[in-house]
Amino acid sequence: MMGEISDDDLRELVTLVKSQHNYDLGNYAAASLKRRVGRYLSQCGISFFELKYRLTNNQDFFPELLEALSVNVTEMFRDPFFYRALKEKVFPILATYPVIKIWHAGCSSGEEAFSMAIMLKEAGLLHRSRIYATDISREMLERAAAGIVPLHAMKDNTANYISAGGTEDFSEYYSARYDYAIISQEIRKQIIFSQHNLVTDYVFNEFQLVCCRNVLIYFNRPLQDNVIGLLTQSLAPLGFLAIGLKESLQFTSHYAKYATVDAQNKIFRLRG
Amino acid sequence: MSGQSHIRNLVVIGGSMGSFPVLLALFASLPQEYSATVIVVVHRPKNVKSQLEQMLCPDGRLKEPDDKEIMQPGGFYLAPQNYHLLVEPDGTIALDTAETINYSRPSIDATFLSAATAFGTRVTGVLLSGANKDGVEGLGAIISHGGRALVQDPATAMSAIMPGAAIEKLDGIEVYAPEEIITALIKSDIEYKNGKTE
Repeated sequence: MMGEISDDDLRELVTLVKSQHNYDLGNYAAASLKRRVGRYLSQCGISFFELKYRLTNNQDFFPELLEALSVNVTEMFRDPFFYRALKEKVFPILATYPVIKIWHAGCSSGEEAFSMAIMLKEAGLLHRSRIYATDISREMLERAAAGIVPLHAMKDNTANYISAGGTEDFSEYYSARYDYAIISQEIRKQIIFSQHNLVTDYVFNEFQLVCCRNVLIYFNRPLQDNVIGLLTQSLAPLGFLAIGLKESLQFTSHYAKYATVDAQNKIFRLRG
Repeated sequence: MSGQSHIRNLVVIGGSMGSFPVLLALFASLPQEYSATVIVVVHRPKNVKSQLEQMLCPDGRLKEPDDKEIMQPGGFYLAPQNYHLLVEPDGTIALDTAETINYSRPSIDATFLSAATAFGTRVTGVLLSGANKDGVEGLGAIISHGGRALVQDPATAMSAIMPGAAIEKLDGIEVYAPEEIITALIKSDIEYKNGKTE
């Protein structure tokens, strides 16, 4: 049985984190956050009381908790048809830039950035692309920078790659070591992994394509609006924005700034 | 807290592939004026093209919601592939890509548990034919929060593991054949509406 916390517990946690660590969890999606906290408690085998005690008495504990609360489930070529749409509708326009700059916001362990690099390589664009992949979690970024993907996931990843319209032998892109696949250096060399918190950090560069897929779902509507604002400011004129297949711009104040490139695959483009 | 929402009655239904005939019959039977909100969670493959909502409900009333969509009375929602579907007490749908539960995403337990804690006595949980134990814990949560639990009679189910596990583990469930489940859902909606106008 998963650890369960009540809505009152959650409110108490939000207040405590705000007062002790000046971090606002109040704008995270409550239902998901509740599940994450419950999961963390049962994984560590600690009570809600113990969690509060650690938060109050150990300053180093909060960053660890924040990492544990973020969802790091990802796969290569998740939603293969999204990648097909990118190749058909976005790459031809990206190809007109001398240097292509792409941001994966909330990249977790890097699988989507690796997928993007593979697609760019097969389109002959990788050598003039710079992929910035950022996440809140240092641990995930370390794994991503090392190019490590669990070997058991490679069967699904390969099937996704084929559905996405990949044209090569997928196994050429990694080598298997014990329980891990290591993504080849050739694919990784144009990717820059660094830490960035979408909630508290700012614009750091300008991109022609920003991918922020299945990150917004963990925020409530006001915070979604802020984050979409940050992503919008990070886009070059006529830049592209891709969000998760079941995420929506419609509920944000930035909706009118975008034209829809592919409604089903949630690809948008800044209006001129 | 459950008083904050415009959602008066919430029906959450879980099953795997074997539940499709029951769901098809259900959506063909629910009248246009049916007023409860219905959420369906079925185990389904990911990363494939799918028109499952059309297949289960050809008249177009069943839809895959976007994250943060606000549920409507009489609205029918299907958990999208590769997401868990949660509900907030204010009636908002919250999608989640966290780890699989019982090898499943969407997981029936995740939806049932969140419905139970958000809407308590307003929830009816329905567990249909299914091939693993996903949903049993969630149905238990629905019962302990004062909701109603209907389970398909394993003798009528294509795969009896899921309803069988619920019957074995839980007290306070009603066991019905598929057509009885459909009748019970329609009847309780009519009773609710009659009770409201009196």
